[in-house]
Amino acid sequence: MEWVVEASELTKVYNNFKAVDNLSFNIRAGEIFGLLGPNGAGKTTTVLMMLGLTEPTSGYVKIYGYNSTLEPMKVKRVTGYLPENVGFYEELTAKENLLYLTRLNGISDKDALPRIERFLEEVGLKDVMNREVGTFSKGMKQRLGIAGVLVKDPKLIILDEPTTGIDPEGVEHILNLIVRMSKEEGITFMLSSHLLYQVQRICDRVGILFHGKMVAQGRIEEIGQKLFGGRTGIMKVQMDRFDPGYVSELQKIEGVAEVNTLGEVFVLRYEDDKKHEIIKTIVEKGLLPVEVRGKEYSLEEIYMRYFQEG
Amino acid sequence: MAMSGVRVVFWKELADYFGSKRFLILFLIIFVTSLSVSYMASQGISATADKKYLFLTLLSSSAGAVPSFVFFISFFGPLIGIILGFDAISGERARGTLSLLMSQPIYRDAVINGKFWAGVATVAITIASIIVIIAGVSMYALGVVPNAEEIGRVFVFFVASTIYISFWLSLGILFSILFERTSTSALVSIMVWIFFTFFMYMIAGVIADKAVPITKTATAAVVAKHETVKSMIMRISPAVLFEEISIAILNPSVRVFGVVFQSQLKGLLPTPLPLGQSIMVVWPQFVSLIALMLVCFAISYVKFMRQEIRAT
Repeated sequence: MEWVVEASELTKVYNNFKAVDNLSFNIRAGEIFGLLGPNGAGKTTTVLMMLGLTEPTSGYVKIYGYNSTLEPMKVKRVTGYLPENVGFYEELTAKENLLYLTRLNGISDKDALPRIERFLEEVGLKDVMNREVGTFSKGMKQRLGIAGVLVKDPKLIILDEPTTGIDPEGVEHILNLIVRMSKEEGITFMLSSHLLYQVQRICDRVGILFHGKMVAQGRIEEIGQKLFGGRTGIMKVQMDRFDPGYVSELQKIEGVAEVNTLGEVFVLRYEDDKKHEIIKTIVEKGLLPVEVRGKEYSLEEIYMRYFQEG
Repeated sequence: MAMSGVRVVFWKELADYFGSKRFLILFLIIFVTSLSVSYMASQGISATADKKYLFLTLLSSSAGAVPSFVFFISFFGPLIGIILGFDAISGERARGTLSLLMSQPIYRDAVINGKFWAGVATVAITIASIIVIIAGVSMYALGVVPNAEEIGRVFVFFVASTIYISFWLSLGILFSILFERTSTSALVSIMVWIFFTFFMYMIAGVIADKAVPITKTATAAVVAKHETVKSMIMRISPAVLFEEISIAILNPSVRVFGVVFQSQLKGLLPTPLPLGQSIMVVWPQFVSLIALMLVCFAISYVKFMRQEIRAT
């Protein structure tokens, strides 16, 4: 297993304040990893340490085996970083801005120009590539930032709050682009965000950061299972000739936790991992499941749990 | 061939400087004033003037109430330097481009070196073009062509002006690193400029009066000592250093600064000095000016290399 990012016991102390406290996590190649937490949890500090822009007080982080503090050049060559509230040179056009970035990366203009056009098209800015960035909206700048990260052909992309301050349509566009780039180009992503609903959809794994500490890490289901126990789902079942007395019959099925009636349908609460058997049994009994809704753990719930515990 | 980080930053900044409106406005002001000043001076030069150094006289002489070209450079030059430097780093920070820049695979010193040298190049190109245009006007107005000696002296003057303005550039860059806000950096730069250009003279006078009081019975030696103390203190100011350099370079007859006793002049031939000798006269000033610039740049460098790059 190749680890793209290995963070080990990272700690950063600012004037006696522990911004990041003994943080360890790993990110696999090709994964979309979400670093989540409320504002001030230490997400940006962690990201800056990963890029070697801030020195850890103790611990280390390695990107593709390069220590970020000791070999920042090698780390920055393979890593694209989109800072929160990214800015561009307003008097330059979108294309000129990207050209400056590729030149700083030592990419010749001949190789850079086709890439720039391609990624500006990907983010939907090809039509305005010769316009000054000063005229761009925040959403357009954010998308230009993503294009700017992609043109340097990175293996790992770190996005700091990529969706903050963007309208829902723009968010959708950005998230879809991330998923596509991850699949098509095999780029590893790390997103830091406080907006849970948005990133939960696309993250393979998340780490939840709270007061500088990683309080939970893993797939969202795993974290939820640990916190709330096994998952249960809700199923609505129809009967040709509705008989309320059939409730007891349904309750006998293994895995069914609870049966209620709602109008002329039965409402079953069931254990998720026995879903298939339950449905099979019900169908064999001549009943018809009309709605099956597995309950997912929302990151929000997970998050609130940690919030309450403090 | 891909360019190195410093060169990429250098070319980008150079293009930015020449394209920026505030620079163009200041350039126009200096250009128009120096042009008119040298034209006025050319009208004022009498037929009895030293024909050998007519062109140099043009640069350094003032016609009536209008000050000389040299004065304008020493006065407006610092403003060019400050305008180019005061938001070098704080501006990038404010626009959110600093973290973008720092996350690229370039060394941190590439940013500050690229910006500094682009500023120096801008200053050099500006001064050179103004001098060339003045030369053209004076050749037209006076019908004299500068000789080799004059060209050499003007070149040395050009180098001195560039170093002088680069000092203010490096000071501006230093403040742009020390202060988070661009406006603070601009204000402090202007304050330092006012201090060195105006208040230094007064302060030097006050200190000299305290250290070596001149009474009614003071001997010539005491007066001389008083003047030496005063000029030593004034030489802390880069403006004074630059003034002395320009005087010595543009006036071949200048041999010493400060109070000179009649006895010391005995045996001196009142002939103009060759260029090499003129440079020797102000060599300490030259070295001090370069040292001041390097000190500012070195502090900026160290500060910037150690600075935390926070996104916001």
